[in-house]
Amino acid sequence: MSHVIHKFTRNVPDWQPRVTPVKLEEATPEQRAALQVTPSNTKVSDYVLTLAHDVESLAVRSPLFNAIMYDPGGLSRAERELGALGASMVNRCIYCAAVHADRHAKLEKGTTVTDELFAKGENADLNDRDRAIFEFARKSAEAPAAAGPKEMAALRNAGLSDAEILDLILSSALFGWANRLMHVLGDPVRKAPA
Amino acid sequence: MTQFETTVLSKVGLLPQGSLADAVAGRRNIFGMSQSAEEAVLRPKDYGAFAHDLRAAFAARAARQAGQGALADHYAADAGDKVPLADPDNSEADLEHILSFVDKVANRTRDIVAEDVEELQAAGVSDADIVRLCELVAFLAYQCRVIAGIRLMQGTTP
Repeated sequence: MSHVIHKFTRNVPDWQPRVTPVKLEEATPEQRAALQVTPSNTKVSDYVLTLAHDVESLAVRSPLFNAIMYDPGGLSRAERELGALGASMVNRCIYCAAVHADRHAKLEKGTTVTDELFAKGENADLNDRDRAIFEFARKSAEAPAAAGPKEMAALRNAGLSDAEILDLILSSALFGWANRLMHVLGDPVRKAPA
Repeated sequence: MTQFETTVLSKVGLLPQGSLADAVAGRRNIFGMSQSAEEAVLRPKDYGAFAHDLRAAFAARAARQAGQGALADHYAADAGDKVPLADPDNSEADLEHILSFVDKVANRTRDIVAEDVEELQAAGVSDADIVRLCELVAFLAYQCRVIAGIRLMQGTTP
């Protein structure tokens, strides 16, 4: 029995599906085509094989995901990851939070921000810009979305341009989507020994 | 299709000029792909157990719960005789387990547990249909938040 993880961590766990993933050897040509445009082409994960059950969605979502998180210009990569992390913490998607906290730490070459967020959540001691970004993502992820003029003013006061704010809206909203797949369709479990 | 013809930007009522319009134009690929995603979850060729009218009703219901009235109306127009389900207060005996799952994924995501998925499986919902349902609800969560965020930037109210 795998050990399901319930606490936030930067150690990326394994993901154990609650439904049976598509078997790669049984995939239709359409599923095979969609599986090639995933963010990582090296190995087809159980997560992507699970999403291959709805191949039309998978085929459009993977390039959209990459564009929102990686296209040049606008909000920095680390700050997009912070938007993703804010949403993932609200939705308690332990897996998504781990992946994007880890990416944030690598991009920033430091764990101060994510340590602080995992320890103190909304009371984390952050600089004005990170605080404004995290708060906007956190409030936007509530259901219904609760970011308002106060959170928008904080972003502008922290110096974000309209292009940067738009990228934050997109990256945090994208995790409203990703969390509802990853957290619903599977469990984060302790990594199996190599 | 221009970016202004996407569902998101038509529901925002985006002003055609200014720094926000410039920012949106800079991400036109993303708005175009978001519209393709709407096609994929609302009107897929392989719709499984959920025909297009039922999907439209679920989408309208989620948009209504999210406080996005114009978006809810947009979807309700395609719901046909399933339109009563667009009202979050309505249910239907045959679909009660589906609707309670859809409502929970949309609004209480953090509380979802393995048993929620197991209950659908026990009720005979296929794994592929469970994934289809999640994609639909999850996309709506994204779309509602993009509309709410851009509208907030523009300073208009829902």
